[in-house]
Amino acid sequence: MADFEPVLLSNIHKQDSHTLPVYQAGGGYQAIRKVLSGMSPNDVIELVKASSLRGRGGAGFPCGLKWSFLPKDHPGPIYMCVNADESEPATFNNRILMEQDPHQVLEGIMIGCFATRAQTAYIYVRFEYPTAYRRLQGAIDECRAAGLLGKNIQGSGFNLDIFLHRGAAAYICGEETGLIESLEGKRAWPRIKPPFPAIEGAFRKPTVVNNIETLSNVPHIVNRGVEWFKSMGIPSTNPKDPGSYGPKLYCVSGHVNTPCCVELPLGVTARELIDRHGGGVWKGRKAKAVIPGGLSMGIMTEKELDIPLDFAGPGKVGCLGLGTAAVTVMDETVPIIDYLYNASRFFAHESCGQCTPCREGTSWASRTIARIKAGQGRLKDLEILQSISQSIGIMPGTTICGLADGAAWPLKNALSKFRGELEDYIRTTNPGGYGQEEPALALVELTH
Amino acid sequence: MATITVDGKDIEIGDNERLNVIQAADRAGVSIPFYCWHPGLSVVASCRMCLVETGTKNKETGEISMMPKLVPACQTPAKDGTVVVTDSPKVKANQNFVQEGILLDHPVDCPICDQAGECWLQDYYFDYGHKERRADIHPFTSKRRDLGTHVSLFADRCVMCSRCVRFTREVSGEGELMVIDRGSHAEIDVFPGFPLENKLSGNVNDICPVGALCSTDFLYQQRVWFLEAQDSICTRCSTGCATQMHVNQDHLYRIQPRYNPNANDWWMCDIGRYENQFVNAPERLDGPRLKNSTGFEAMEWSEAMREAHGRVADVALQHGGRHLAFVLSPFLTCEEAYLAARYATGILPDVTLVVGKVPVVGQDEKFKGGFTIRAEKCPNRRGVEEIARGLGKNVLDWNGLLAAIGAGEIRGAWVTGGYPEAWIDDAEAATFERLESLVVQDILPSPLARRAQVVLPGVTAFEKDGCYVNQGGVIQTTSWGLRPRGGAHVDGQIFADLLKRTGLYQSAEVLRELAGAVPFFARCAEGVPPAGLNLVTGQEKRPFSTELGTVSHPTPTFRSEASRMLEVESPTL
Repeated sequence: MADFEPVLLSNIHKQDSHTLPVYQAGGGYQAIRKVLSGMSPNDVIELVKASSLRGRGGAGFPCGLKWSFLPKDHPGPIYMCVNADESEPATFNNRILMEQDPHQVLEGIMIGCFATRAQTAYIYVRFEYPTAYRRLQGAIDECRAAGLLGKNIQGSGFNLDIFLHRGAAAYICGEETGLIESLEGKRAWPRIKPPFPAIEGAFRKPTVVNNIETLSNVPHIVNRGVEWFKSMGIPSTNPKDPGSYGPKLYCVSGHVNTPCCVELPLGVTARELIDRHGGGVWKGRKAKAVIPGGLSMGIMTEKELDIPLDFAGPGKVGCLGLGTAAVTVMDETVPIIDYLYNASRFFAHESCGQCTPCREGTSWASRTIARIKAGQGRLKDLEILQSISQSIGIMPGTTICGLADGAAWPLKNALSKFRGELEDYIRTTNPGGYGQEEPALALVELTH
Repeated sequence: MATITVDGKDIEIGDNERLNVIQAADRAGVSIPFYCWHPGLSVVASCRMCLVETGTKNKETGEISMMPKLVPACQTPAKDGTVVVTDSPKVKANQNFVQEGILLDHPVDCPICDQAGECWLQDYYFDYGHKERRADIHPFTSKRRDLGTHVSLFADRCVMCSRCVRFTREVSGEGELMVIDRGSHAEIDVFPGFPLENKLSGNVNDICPVGALCSTDFLYQQRVWFLEAQDSICTRCSTGCATQMHVNQDHLYRIQPRYNPNANDWWMCDIGRYENQFVNAPERLDGPRLKNSTGFEAMEWSEAMREAHGRVADVALQHGGRHLAFVLSPFLTCEEAYLAARYATGILPDVTLVVGKVPVVGQDEKFKGGFTIRAEKCPNRRGVEEIARGLGKNVLDWNGLLAAIGAGEIRGAWVTGGYPEAWIDDAEAATFERLESLVVQDILPSPLARRAQVVLPGVTAFEKDGCYVNQGGVIQTTSWGLRPRGGAHVDGQIFADLLKRTGLYQSAEVLRELAGAVPFFARCAEGVPPAGLNLVTGQEKRPFSTELGTVSHPTPTFRSEASRMLEVESPTL
């Protein structure tokens, strides 16, 4: 494949790429001018719909469709919330966009707000991104001074204000309704749906929540058209699947020689990412397992690395999905119990504590895995972990949000793909069989 | 009518009834377990105990299409054609897992937990729990800590249903409670320096489904299975909250609200709940007394009543009926007030009937959720007024009485009391020194009783049957749970005896008589329904009752017959 010419990252290597003059010199803010000078909000939604742009935040929901869910003729206000709470472990693509090219983000937000008739946008920036926060704030100030934000932008009658909101470092704030709750100043407990945010979101008004990278794609779609956008990626084979089109930022990290964030058309394989862009697995070792897109997506084994990383790909090998396309590589020396230990500890720590199955399930799994790792595992712990992983999540319907699915998938995948190794680990670390005896019955006889 | 299928059984609900699946299933006789849902609070669907399978039934073809995921029954509206499955393996597996999860860190200290016996976790564990414990986590018990004067927190027992948090935010409106920390470390707490001190704080103990929040007042006082529940009405203000008194061996241990959509919904205030020491006060009047030259002497009831009757009758016959005042306390039940008025007007028809002193303290306090503590601190002003007006030729209020005594128009008085607190000061009582004869019928000593010639001990609201009419005109029945203390007699019995009626005083019979005699009470000729009846409008919300105990009384109370009332409101039947 010939080298792909970056779209989203086309500016980042320029000097002062985060400033307005540099962005405009590279053709910036042409798209919003085009939109303001002749398109209707509906035109924009139809355009984005036609492009099959899917959300880059993890779930891959079609962006144009999401915008079209907002009630028509709502008296307002309608809000746009931009999810910059990029807390999925090993993911750093939004950070590069916000730090190096904040105006591209803002232009995307402007077009999104125009399409959804939102006059206020909130960017929910992760607490750990101070540079992104400052650069975005600088960019917003520049835009305001240049008349690109505020009342009656460019004489078009379109009003828009963008506000930054800093999170307080919680993973759950990346869930869209958790984000909205947090934005409102409440505890980030995801809301029950329905009503969906498009009907009742921030401050009980219709709200659209989009990811930074999703919105960054929008100006390019406006500028270059649907055909161009759909020339990249993998077309859908199934009428129910909207396909995977457009450029995507892949983060490659872990045990590779050159961790990087690289922009490629959707559908590249993990093997190519590792070998070609990540410089291969470090220390001349082989990869053992790869996380396809953030910790919550599960793991792929070395044999599965040739699956294309598009929206449908990882699902074919039992992973949860593409997620944030943050590829994390574990070399052959990594014990899978260590991976599980890290993953389960993370999710137990980040579970918001609202739904019982997630709150207790993640904590139980994490404590069980910690015990196994410490050499006191029992074979039946694997059965318990299996049952926990099947009992929690939005897929069986037992939780409100998807955090529990993210917690369940590493367990599921590790148990199905590396069960032998886990059993061996337990047998070798706990040959004496600690705790193999039956625990006391909570109630000896249940009589009714 | 909308038809809903629950576990294969079709039930019909009214078109304008907005029920969720828990409520609809309850009507079908199917119990869906839940922790976080409470009919009086917002829905959060976070405990995940009530997950069921739902689907829709096609009206024409009868074909059922089920949804693949489990859904929370509390959040799912029951609509025409809704199909609910509550006993599938999937549903049971989830209930199982939720129980198991909650018990991971639960100390299972039931033997020392106050909630044992009325604990939802305990009950549900038998119905929906695992037989054995798979986890090898050893929970521990933390110390009790005070969230406020009336509320104790045992954090480890908490199931994080967040009912208490929502209560303080939505009903009491003060918002003292919050969730701190995250995940399995989450706990209920208050902000340092801002304890849970609102006038409705006791309700969080009731709505806590487990033993996490316990009433400090009741803590370790009694195992709940020894308690006997008796439906009662709170007499501390004119809201007239429906309550239950929990009694063992003639000792009142606690008071809890009882659901009544016509008066108090699910709540009651801390005044009515905790300030009932007067019932067991050592100074309670314990026998009839007659004043002599040196002080008061004890005497037999029959003699005391003859004496009392003689003295007031003398005044009436000597000076004319209107010079005798008969004071009907707003703490009397309607039946008692009626008998008293009958007795008074039986002496002479123009005896002056006085509506007793109505204690008013401050302003009505309305809380965010609509619950109101009234400034009028008595249960039955409305009822007594109507009876006095209905039966009396001369009717005065308390100030009118004081003025009339001052003017010398009243020569003798029979004053009924029953006030739980000091109700008359020395200066006011001194007015009564001008009277030729004074009979006081009260529960506690007062400056007025000291000036009486005859003192008759009556009983408190916990010791008598009868009806009260609250400020909104809703009549509700109360029943006795404690036997009259010492030598006291039920006020109704005293008047029945004075009227020379034979047998025991039966409030239901008297109410029937009252309904015929005073038009205001005509609507309750057939008795008073369990949730009361509005005598003014005739409108009432009648709770839908079913066989089940859980949904029926969503405050955790031990399963008494009396508590089987449902939150579901059907339109006036």
